[in-house]
Amino acid sequence: MTTRPPIAMLAELTHRCPLSCPYCSNPLELARVDQELDTGTWKSVFRQAAELGVLQLHLSGGEPASRRDLVELVQAARDAGLYTNLITSGIGLSERRLGELDAAGLDHIQLSLQGTDAAMADQIGGYSGGFKRKMQVAAWIGAIGFPLTLNAVLHRRNLHQLPQAIDMAVEMGARRIEVATVQFHGWALKNRDTLMPTREQAREADAIVRDARLRLKGTLVIDYVPADYHSDYPKRCMGGWGTTGLNVTPEGKVLPCHAAETIPHLVFENVKDQPLAEIWYEGAAFQAYRGTDWMQEPCRSCERKTVDFGGCRCQAMAIVGDANATDPVCIKSPRHGALQALAEAHASAEGKELVYRSAPGKPIPETVG
Amino acid sequence: MITEQDVPYLPRGVRIHRDTVRDAWVLLAPERAITLDAIAHAILTEIDGARSFGEITAALAARYNAPVEDIAKDSAGFLGALRDRRFLEVQP
Ligand code: SF4
Ligand code: SF4
Repeated sequence: MTTRPPIAMLAELTHRCPLSCPYCSNPLELARVDQELDTGTWKSVFRQAAELGVLQLHLSGGEPASRRDLVELVQAARDAGLYTNLITSGIGLSERRLGELDAAGLDHIQLSLQGTDAAMADQIGGYSGGFKRKMQVAAWIGAIGFPLTLNAVLHRRNLHQLPQAIDMAVEMGARRIEVATVQFHGWALKNRDTLMPTREQAREADAIVRDARLRLKGTLVIDYVPADYHSDYPKRCMGGWGTTGLNVTPEGKVLPCHAAETIPHLVFENVKDQPLAEIWYEGAAFQAYRGTDWMQEPCRSCERKTVDFGGCRCQAMAIVGDANATDPVCIKSPRHGALQALAEAHASAEGKELVYRSAPGKPIPETVG
Repeated sequence: MITEQDVPYLPRGVRIHRDTVRDAWVLLAPERAITLDAIAHAILTEIDGARSFGEITAALAARYNAPVEDIAKDSAGFLGALRDRRFLEVQP
């Protein structure tokens, strides 16, 4: 199989973040500030990425605005020829800093939404005053004219706010909203009892999205990640493992996907030791699940194997205990029934508290109860 | 549907880019990179936010020596798809 160049790179500039969302996609073991790549190394990584064929760069975190050199990094990314997107909670962006990002050529902003009112958003984000600040930042983004995507993460506690989230996106002048049901990796796995949507909620969200897409055609683009535990087929693994995108962690480790570190036998190369192109084309973690040769039954003989690529490797690892197994979401998986029962159990659990993400260098809280 | 009088333009955050690695033109937009074939590239490079869709298709028809109706039909389909994704806007 010939490997094509990647299209997108997610640069996790830092794991630091003023918020502590209980579904954070960062690993449990968070990188400390003294482990983060320096400005010069990131700049070199951006140049290497562009030379490798990356077109889209997503600057993420943690909260990327926690990096003091953010403006300089955006400038470097644009100089390298990359389409540059900032994925942010908004906290840490002042009007002046947004102006500087504008001057540096930032292409697009993706603003996360934890809830549609202060009570919900500040409770989920674990940061009081965060919602008010975010609304202020959204107004500045609109005044400057940055193209905006609102990124709403939905789960059992806030799924009822989906219609308001869509209205908010329109009011803010966002061209696009990402409606993402929480994915259960990392921190979210600790919170399945509080965050797992019910099957009814999942079906209602499907219907709301369907209606809104018709109603808002040409005004708001809605990209939707449904609740996969309540589906019959798994969510497709990117465009296939190691085919379209790569991730660089704050310490410089290069991952095929943001959750890949949850697969314990994979070994990851670092941009401090090796050229990015070599890692992409030859790195063992990238080769591990490229193509379809690694698959077991039922995926191996399934006609959908080049459609969904057997689903999520990280989910197979987390639930089946074997990263080569069929994603247990799949109706053909022998574990499908058990997964659905598990989802029901989590969705009906009551009285549990949220376990918030901790800060880099701080101990990982235990799930209570 | 785009009309002859509409003046199309690429909004901020959508731009044409020369992909030297793949030796192709691409349209870069939020979360998307669309490979442009020769025709799509020709249409998009005519779009300047000043000329109307009618003027653009007439220019393309002359340049490629093709019936203007065919050009208009193909371009309207392509631009309509971009507009649905908010990668293209029109001035009324
Ligand atoms: S069996 Fe494997 S390839 Fe087939 S639909 Fe299920 S996960 Fe996808
Ligand atoms: S392995 Fe899972 S988490 Fe990783 S990209 Fe594929 S689907 Fe996403």
